[in-house]
Amino acid sequence: MIFLTRRATFSASHYYWNKAWTAEKNESVFGRCANRNGHGHNYTLEVTVAGEPDAVTGFVVDLKWLKDVMEREVLAAFDHRHLNLEVEEFGQGKLIPTTENIAIVTWKRLEPAIRKAAGAQLSRVRVYETPEIFAEYRGGQ
Amino acid sequence: MSESAQKAYFGRRYMLSASHRLHVDALTAEENRAAYGKCNNPHGHGHNYVVEVMVGGMVNGETGMVMNLADLDRVVNERVVERFDHRNLNLDPVFEKRVPTTENFSLALVEILREALPQGSLEHVRIEETENNFFECSGA
Repeated sequence: MIFLTRRATFSASHYYWNKAWTAEKNESVFGRCANRNGHGHNYTLEVTVAGEPDAVTGFVVDLKWLKDVMEREVLAAFDHRHLNLEVEEFGQGKLIPTTENIAIVTWKRLEPAIRKAAGAQLSRVRVYETPEIFAEYRGGQ
Repeated sequence: MSESAQKAYFGRRYMLSASHRLHVDALTAEENRAAYGKCNNPHGHGHNYVVEVMVGGMVNGETGMVMNLADLDRVVNERVVERFDHRNLNLDPVFEKRVPTTENFSLALVEILREALPQGSLEHVRIEETENNFFECSGA
């Protein structure tokens, strides 16, 4: 089994807010991340797929194809957007765009397209919010 | 927030600067020199260590988090950064009976953090001794 990782970057704004809580509780739990005007990050996304190299091409997946899938399914929706306001999964406060949830949403956007590609499976999605802070999702466990 | 009832992982990188010397009393001076090379120099040397701590767990439905960053920071800063930053690793009690290779440093940090973090949450400790050397120890 070979694991292949493609990296991409996007820039987006967000804030953390649980609409079921009071303002005081949101500010106490989320600190500066609860500022309702939002703030932004340069995110780095790492997508790892697993599979055996194709007997003819030697590829697990074509990297250009994977780049296009990431661009179409994720970056087009996230890059230079406000995640709370412009990304469907996080809209109307139904899911807080924490780094963990961004990793899960990214997985769900990518997994169907990658599953259709013969031989490869999505193995891991890692999202860096800053170079020091990141979250990872490895699928349902 | 039904999407949140899933296992995810959260990682955080901390920096600390410390000195060490690789030397074991069970070996002769020559054997130490052969085993550890420059790392055996008598007066020690230092590194800017990057300590990556990864925790895993179910994403909390109310917060969208595996663990609050502020809670993780408090534990790692109190138990690890304050203890080892700008110190000589050889003089810390955890290295009284073992040589402070970065392998052993990562094992020691797993022992320290496993006890301080919620049970079962520590996924791994990875230490980068330099940009080109890194060591990882499972938290299990």
